[in-house]
Amino acid sequence: MASTIRVRATSSGDTTEVQALIQHPMDSGFVKDAKGEIIPAHFIQQLTFEYDGKPVFVADWGGGVSKDPYVKFAFKGGKKGDDLKVSWVDNKGATDTTTAKIV
Amino acid sequence: MRPAIHIVSAAFALAMLALTPPATAAEKIDPVADAKAFQKFFTDKFPKLKPEDFVTGPYSMNEDLHRQWVEKEQFPPYEFSLEMGKEMFSTPFKNGKSYEDCFPNKGIGIRQNYPYFDDKEGKVITLELALNRCREANGEPPLSYVKDEMAALTAYMAYTSRGKPFDIKIPNDPRALEAYQQGKEYFYTRRGQFNFSCATCHVQSPGERIRAEVLAPGLGILNAMPIYRSEWSGMGTTSRRFTTCNSQIRGVPLNPQDDEYRNLEYYLSYVSNGLPISGPGARP
Amino acid sequence: MNPMENGLSRRLLLQGAGLVALVGLGNIPFGFAPALAAANDKYPEEAFKQKGEADAIKLLYGKTAEASDKVKLDAPEIAENGSVVPVAVSTTLADVTSIAFLVSDNPNALVASYKIPAGTVPGIANRIKMAKTSNVIVVVEAGGKLYSATKEVKVTVGGCGG
Repeated sequence: MASTIRVRATSSGDTTEVQALIQHPMDSGFVKDAKGEIIPAHFIQQLTFEYDGKPVFVADWGGGVSKDPYVKFAFKGGKKGDDLKVSWVDNKGATDTTTAKIV
Repeated sequence: MRPAIHIVSAAFALAMLALTPPATAAEKIDPVADAKAFQKFFTDKFPKLKPEDFVTGPYSMNEDLHRQWVEKEQFPPYEFSLEMGKEMFSTPFKNGKSYEDCFPNKGIGIRQNYPYFDDKEGKVITLELALNRCREANGEPPLSYVKDEMAALTAYMAYTSRGKPFDIKIPNDPRALEAYQQGKEYFYTRRGQFNFSCATCHVQSPGERIRAEVLAPGLGILNAMPIYRSEWSGMGTTSRRFTTCNSQIRGVPLNPQDDEYRNLEYYLSYVSNGLPISGPGARP
Repeated sequence: MNPMENGLSRRLLLQGAGLVALVGLGNIPFGFAPALAAANDKYPEEAFKQKGEADAIKLLYGKTAEASDKVKLDAPEIAENGSVVPVAVSTTLADVTSIAFLVSDNPNALVASYKIPAGTVPGIANRIKMAKTSNVIVVVEAGGKLYSATKEVKVTVGGCGG
């Protein structure tokens, strides 16, 4: 199955800018369905970006983050062609990981 | 708001009556003049906007909304729907054929030519209709006109036409002219408990608020179809938008792809000829 | 959530102290094992459960924040839709180690908390849900102290099903 993670990592000077968009319902557990029943909480809890084996950014998320979550940040370092590893784990224990190339 | 709308609408209706008298078969239907008047109305009303700005709907009408849109367009929420559409489009049918066999140029970069008038059938053919006919011709069940799959498919096709100007053709055929005219009349006819026509919101009040929402201008309104609406948290087709708009003014929606909707799409697309396709569009 | 369901060895439970970690180190995906040993890499589950922002901040950081004009919060005046509100932060403060976003009137105020290792720029853009018109608060932990910025964002179509 295709990864849920879409990453754009761009190197500019000594900084790498990273944008990620992840396919995930991010159900908060507060919304009811058409039948009036609560849709159970189902959201990414931790999202990690690693460069050169070390985390450069860690997101701790709750159900208040939007569906198909997005985040943008930048870190010093990274060159064109290097790998950036992105992984997440959600409250149900599901995980996904992908490795993107810095362009 | 309503008393003001009634006064304005009475004046407006008179103005429209003067410009475009109801046409009978004997009177001249003039789409070229209509399109010119329609575009001029909006460019006069919003002199700071370029014609192509109108295809972003409410975002060109409100700065705060525009900023939120620009931020989200960097990496839009509709990315996944678009990918699904591309995958659907590229997947062959069970009989080995695929969508590219049904469309000119293999279905790529052609969205701006829809709808068109089919002279054999004597009716307007929209892209959604053409896609389902393609499926049925190849032994596949039709897709719902108001659900995610059709939305994803048309999103992908629109995306391959992004930037291309709307190029709707009205052949010199009385049936085509009549279909166009019926679409126009639908657009300007009041309906529903609110007694609103499409024009009430999209011609009289673009950029203004109806409750908490900012109204999009009628010019360029279909260029962004299909649309990923924040309200739907998903991608929705032109059919879905027409039916929900009818419901929102407390009218009874027609069936998707009924003649009236096809003719409406024909009219509204034609009067936006020359403006670029911006679909799939994000919307509130 | 029955820990027995998916097989103990594949399950990564991010619970706070007091719960048994039912994970064999060799099976943790994405090499998290060494990181988990450090307390500040744990998912702050209790902070996310707090109703009010003061309690959430207290649990996250153990201190209170002072408003600072060196923290720049970018958020709309009126959210297009409460389910997807783009908000961003940037700051000129040095030695930033953490940034958090909270929405006062959400059912649980804490929305997101970010760890900023040395070398990462203290600027983040993300998209959050807002249940209704509320203050959006961003908290920046820099040099061991807490700074914040607040902005009221109006919401007409709520993001939590309202």
